[in-house]
Amino acid sequence: MSEEHYLELCGNPVQFENASSVNNVFFDEANKQVFAVRSGGATGVVVKGPDDKSTVAFRMDDKGEVKCIKFSFGNKILAVQRTSKSVEFINFIPDLLHLEYSQECKTKNASILGFCWTNWNEIVFITDQGIEFYQVLPDKRSLKLQKSQSINVNWYMYCPVTSVILLSTTVLGNVLQPFFFRSGTMSKISKFEIELPVVSKPAKLSLSERDIAMATIYGQLYVMYLKHHSRTVNNPGAEVVLYHLPREGTCKKMHVLKLNTTGKFALNVVDNLVVVHHQSSQTSMIFDIKLRDTDSTLSVHQPVVPARSIHPYKIPLTGPAAVTTATPVPCELYSSTWSVFQPDIIISASEGYLWYLQVKLQPVVNLMKDKGKLMDFLLQRRDCKMVIVSVCFQMLNGPDKSNLSVIATVFDKLNQVYKEYLEAEQSYTMAVETGQSRGNPAQKRPVRTQAVIDQSDMYTHVLSVFTEKKDVSHKFITAVLMEYIRSLNQFQITVQHYLYELVLKTLVHHNLFYMLHQFLQYHVLSDSKPLACLLLSLESTYPPAHQLSLDMLKRLSTANDEIVEVLLSKQQVLGARRFIRGVGGHDNISARKFLDAAKQTREEMLFYTIFRFFEQRNQRLRGSPHFTPGEHCEEHVAYFKQVFGEQALMKPTAS
Amino acid sequence: MLMISPRMATGAQEKQYPPSLLNFFVYNPKFGPKEGEEEKKILFYHPNEVEKNEKIRNVGLCEAIIQFTRTFCPTKPAKSLHTQKNRQFFCEPEENFWMVMVVRNPMIEKNNKDGKPVVEYQEEEILDSVYSSVLQQCYNMYKLFNGTFARTMEAGGVDLLKQRLEKFFYRYLQTLHLQSCDLLDIFSGISFFPLDKMTYLKIQSFVNRMEESLNLVKYTAFLYNDQLIWSGLEQDDMRILYKYLTTSLFPRHSEPELAGRDSPMRLEMAGNLLHYGRFLTGPSNLKDPEAKFRFPKIFVNTENTDEELHLIVYKAMSAAVCFMINTSVELTREFCEQLDSLVGPQLTLLASDICEQYSINRRISGPEKEPQFKFIYFNHMNLAEKSTIHMRKTASVSLTSIHPELMKILGDINSDFSRVDDDEEIIVKAMTDYWIVGKKSDQRELYVILNQKNANLIEVNEEVKKLCATQFNNIFFLD
Repeated sequence: MSEEHYLELCGNPVQFENASSVNNVFFDEANKQVFAVRSGGATGVVVKGPDDKSTVAFRMDDKGEVKCIKFSFGNKILAVQRTSKSVEFINFIPDLLHLEYSQECKTKNASILGFCWTNWNEIVFITDQGIEFYQVLPDKRSLKLQKSQSINVNWYMYCPVTSVILLSTTVLGNVLQPFFFRSGTMSKISKFEIELPVVSKPAKLSLSERDIAMATIYGQLYVMYLKHHSRTVNNPGAEVVLYHLPREGTCKKMHVLKLNTTGKFALNVVDNLVVVHHQSSQTSMIFDIKLRDTDSTLSVHQPVVPARSIHPYKIPLTGPAAVTTATPVPCELYSSTWSVFQPDIIISASEGYLWYLQVKLQPVVNLMKDKGKLMDFLLQRRDCKMVIVSVCFQMLNGPDKSNLSVIATVFDKLNQVYKEYLEAEQSYTMAVETGQSRGNPAQKRPVRTQAVIDQSDMYTHVLSVFTEKKDVSHKFITAVLMEYIRSLNQFQITVQHYLYELVLKTLVHHNLFYMLHQFLQYHVLSDSKPLACLLLSLESTYPPAHQLSLDMLKRLSTANDEIVEVLLSKQQVLGARRFIRGVGGHDNISARKFLDAAKQTREEMLFYTIFRFFEQRNQRLRGSPHFTPGEHCEEHVAYFKQVFGEQALMKPTAS
Repeated sequence: MLMISPRMATGAQEKQYPPSLLNFFVYNPKFGPKEGEEEKKILFYHPNEVEKNEKIRNVGLCEAIIQFTRTFCPTKPAKSLHTQKNRQFFCEPEENFWMVMVVRNPMIEKNNKDGKPVVEYQEEEILDSVYSSVLQQCYNMYKLFNGTFARTMEAGGVDLLKQRLEKFFYRYLQTLHLQSCDLLDIFSGISFFPLDKMTYLKIQSFVNRMEESLNLVKYTAFLYNDQLIWSGLEQDDMRILYKYLTTSLFPRHSEPELAGRDSPMRLEMAGNLLHYGRFLTGPSNLKDPEAKFRFPKIFVNTENTDEELHLIVYKAMSAAVCFMINTSVELTREFCEQLDSLVGPQLTLLASDICEQYSINRRISGPEKEPQFKFIYFNHMNLAEKSTIHMRKTASVSLTSIHPELMKILGDINSDFSRVDDDEEIIVKAMTDYWIVGKKSDQRELYVILNQKNANLIEVNEEVKKLCATQFNNIFFLD
């Protein structure tokens, strides 16, 4: 059976001392740091970051149980909350005093629910009665209140990527008030209401923070709401409702993800996919909001592929212990001790691991039969190139070969993305050119994502390999190549000559000259000098190639020299002369070449004519019929004298 | 070369008779070598009513002429025999099988001084090259539908061969219109439909998909407006098939279309797909429970020699597709229905696409690209022919818009061209204001007829240059 586990935990987890009675573990989503606080900090605090180098270890005095601990950006200032009234700060800036300083919340009788750093020196306290936005002055070891807002808060949530804090307000808790922070400012975004499945009576807090998550998907901030339904006949189960939260304007309900089951769920976002973990079945499903079946404003989505569990994971044994115990221990997946953080973090505090969740594309390929939909899916993924290329290759080969209409659809999808990139690149280049002259600020260069599969990728990884295959019929090969060229043309992408050469070689290899002839007749294979030369080389096996080649050179209009060469090689000396005179290049042609060719025909009159022509040219250009030594025509002059006599040479006309 | 053509004889009371077919026969001298067995040599004789001894005499005469001329050139015996009243054409398409066509020269009936009608044969008015080609075409057409003589001999001996010859030529000879044969019969070319790259690629894509879906199909040809766009067959096979399609099959079916409402054209509601597709060969109505699913068989040499194929011609609007399928496969109602439902809608769509694209291209290129000249162009390499002289071909006649005398001059120039390999140019001053220019460059031939008052040689030459620059600017054409 082919691999179907399309989710996996990363191979290099962040390892920390597991949570215990003496060791408290905290996670900061903003800096992605795990804090292991032993005995309230007295026996040490170890901070592990996303990479190995960023480990920080220090001690602090045990002043009571730590409720929350977070570094500001860049590990400049540490904030520790031990009580519901105040937060303590410790400077981690060199040369500044290391002593703690404290800030109480301004609102009387309020208790602090938590705090979030929004900058290296800006912090927001969230209390049950509102929010307070402070600037930290580390050198003065004090804080300055910038702004505050009073509002009843049930709970809060912070999205560090977008600096948005979401507050749950009202009795039911389903009215969400977002705030946006940017360099010293705090702005309120219009609040919105989450539709609850049932409204409890009497009114009590009905929206839990466990059922809300915030993440950016395809560059947009969404509030994800896990809507639990009791499973009934007309209600197949829980769903995830996505509310789009724009910077400006109002929050809109945009997508509904159908989970088709009930139970305990957790959400992650990986590579712009919404991952929903289902604990009781120990499986996860993925949703892609860009794959839509209907065009309505509210899209309802089914899982992209059937639910599967995360790939079995064995805890790697590092350190000296690894040497003695050989076999790694299987890790319990979907454990109840797991905590899930946005966007893609899973933490097992009891075992002391932090993993990043990853999507593997190949298993998705195995599970998705519809190639068109599969391409839509793959084109949105980050590391998609090689997978797409291999899908294309499989599509053309072996038992799972697709039919031509599917292949056409896939090519069209690839070229759509390719074309969009080319256009963006082109308008960027134009903007740079015009911008330079007008002094406009530079536009951002378009990013080439892996989804841009250009002609050279297709040629190298798919088409050239595929055409070499012995077991594929030439009919199919040509059909595929033509289909790709058709698709490129449809998107008005200039086809590279190596694709034409591939077509040409395939046809020639199978002696399909007439087919080739017809393609050239309709200019399906665009004109180019390399192609014309290739055709010329085919003349011995397929004589009409000569005519095709000459026509092509003619159309190129930059290949007059080549045409003359071709005609001379055919001993069509007069033809060559007429041609070059027709295009007005007869003053620059080499007399020697023409005379050589004329001599080879062994037709004396022809030689005479050509010789006379050049004598007249010499006369006209230089006032004398004689050839200059640089023209290297001595041999021909001698031959002329020998055949026609000295007196036949043209006399210089007196001027 | 400059020639002055003789003025054409015209007179009010004259009556003209065009060339006509006198005899047509096929014989093999090896079949009755002994005296008294001469009749056995004759495989086919037209007209059949001719008395036996006359048939034998005529065949014997041909044999003798060929035998006699062999003494001068063993490999190239006589091709034709000119007499006052008629002209005979000989052709040996397969070893020892001879085909002979006897054409009566055109005649003019005049009244002499006494007012009595006198017939004057115009021996020089018909061209060897034209009628030799017609004879060769007779064989090619026979071979397309029957395979070679030798193959038939193998299959069923001389009786079967006679039977087939009789069956084929009985009808075919009636469709020979010798009076309207001309230069185009020599070329026997193919008219290609001008098309932009993208639409062409769409057609390619269509053909490939159809061949894949109907996996029985071995070769496909695609035509639009009776002009070829794509041929999966080799050139020689396509040449004769094209001839059959455009001079026989299409004209037969276009008459009802032109007639309008009562045409067999139908709107098929298959799965809500409106389409105009219909079979030109095989069943005329798929719904008919009595419908026969038999298609004409043809013989081609594209991949193997004498490959026998079913010929399915399917048409939607102006687009026609020929699907060719090996005769070892039996074609069923199911297959035809599948073909109809698959090809019909797509071909209809494609046909309207082509039509639209074609009219766009015409609008872009504008009227100045429309030639004001009468010309015939032919390329030996791809058999492409283009004529602004000939009107639409119908089953009965091919209409030309110029005087037969001018057509004959074109034929003469062509004969001159075929004698040498070099590039040539011939300018002829014909009757009154006509100039005829023939150009040959590499494998291409161009004939232009100009009608300009008081034009001189230089002006004519300039005009032709202009024509080449507008009409043939994308090919290498020496001037």
